[in-house]
Amino acid sequence: MTIHLEGFEGPLDLLLHLIKREELDIWNIPIAHVTEQYLDYLQIMRDLNINVAGEWLVMAATLIYIKSRMLLPPDTVQETGQEEESEDPRKELVYQLLEHQKFKNAAQMLYTREEVENAVWNSPPMDALEDGKEVIAVTLFDLLKAFHEVVKRFEAQSSIGFDQEEVTIEQKLAELRRLLMVHDTLVFSSFFARAPSKQHLIVTFLALLELVRLHEVFLYQKKAFSEIRIMRSKSAGKTA
Amino acid sequence: MEIEELQPILEAIIYAADDPVGLEQLKEIFPDESYDKIETALRRLAEEFNARLGGMWIREIAGGFRMTTRPEHHEYVRAYLKTKPGAKLSMAALETLAVVAYKQPVTLAEILAIRGKKSTTALHRLLEKRLVVITGRKPVVGRPILYGTSKDFLVHFGLKDLSELPTLEEFAQIAGEIS
Repeated sequence: MTIHLEGFEGPLDLLLHLIKREELDIWNIPIAHVTEQYLDYLQIMRDLNINVAGEWLVMAATLIYIKSRMLLPPDTVQETGQEEESEDPRKELVYQLLEHQKFKNAAQMLYTREEVENAVWNSPPMDALEDGKEVIAVTLFDLLKAFHEVVKRFEAQSSIGFDQEEVTIEQKLAELRRLLMVHDTLVFSSFFARAPSKQHLIVTFLALLELVRLHEVFLYQKKAFSEIRIMRSKSAGKTA
Repeated sequence: MEIEELQPILEAIIYAADDPVGLEQLKEIFPDESYDKIETALRRLAEEFNARLGGMWIREIAGGFRMTTRPEHHEYVRAYLKTKPGAKLSMAALETLAVVAYKQPVTLAEILAIRGKKSTTALHRLLEKRLVVITGRKPVVGRPILYGTSKDFLVHFGLKDLSELPTLEEFAQIAGEIS
């Protein structure tokens, strides 16, 4: 079974995420360190059987290439004797990241405008979460990390399973929707409690992504690195 | 007709209209009045109406005038209406839309180059919602389809026209701050 992540974040988003999380200087990215982190995430994605699209591998190759160029001494002895400084191999990537960030900011602006427009006339905005308390939206990478931990925990405690029943996404979706009828919010890790097999875990994760895609649930954190929570969106449930 | 007479009629039309009311449409109703006069009446109406600081305001959106509630009252309006809020766009869709808005007319390949990932799904969703439209084909090999934003885009985001969007350079400054 393979998970497809089209429609979520891409490789540039992951790099920006790493740079921000570690408060790195974008003009002087420690490329070896970032490459290592990037590859770690790719490995997590592979472990989780996520279909790693071509662009992720292209970026990995680019990073490794830059890393190797950084290891070489700068070509100061240019045959033509030009006094030109050799170009920083990271330059193009930095430019691409900044360009990408610009559009992310523009998207944020559109988001804010949409929010205001939703508060106008008779179409008010979506769910003020928990009485307008500040919350943090969860990125795909937080989600992957959290899921990776769930799987690790599962593998650590489980012994050999017996003939486990297969479960389909449809079944799981129905089950999660029932669960969300009873609880308004759930903690991410508890979502996966009682899963009898790894296959169940993955199907649950897929079902959760589907619910996110359908805007039936929101994922949020109360503060950075805290537990990921799942909240039923107020607009959902009525159609079910 | 005097401007003073025109004003309340325009107010009634804007109130009753579903879409932003444009100058052209009003000219059809008042063929004997000049564009200038209608526009002056419109602007005066908006100014006076909005100076009242009531629960409603008249705004310029997508090249026309529209009357809406003021966003600051949304909590109470929502409490009363008990309505379901509309589905919002995903971040992937918003990012794709931002690229289209600033780089239009733009091809799918150009969007891919900026976002660093495939954007087919997001673009289809935007086309479905009519926020993005096909504007033509690029005269290069393969004649790829060009995309641009629609009038619905302006309405959806409450924009008078595209020039009301902040410039990309302003975002560049914010982007520089992430370092």
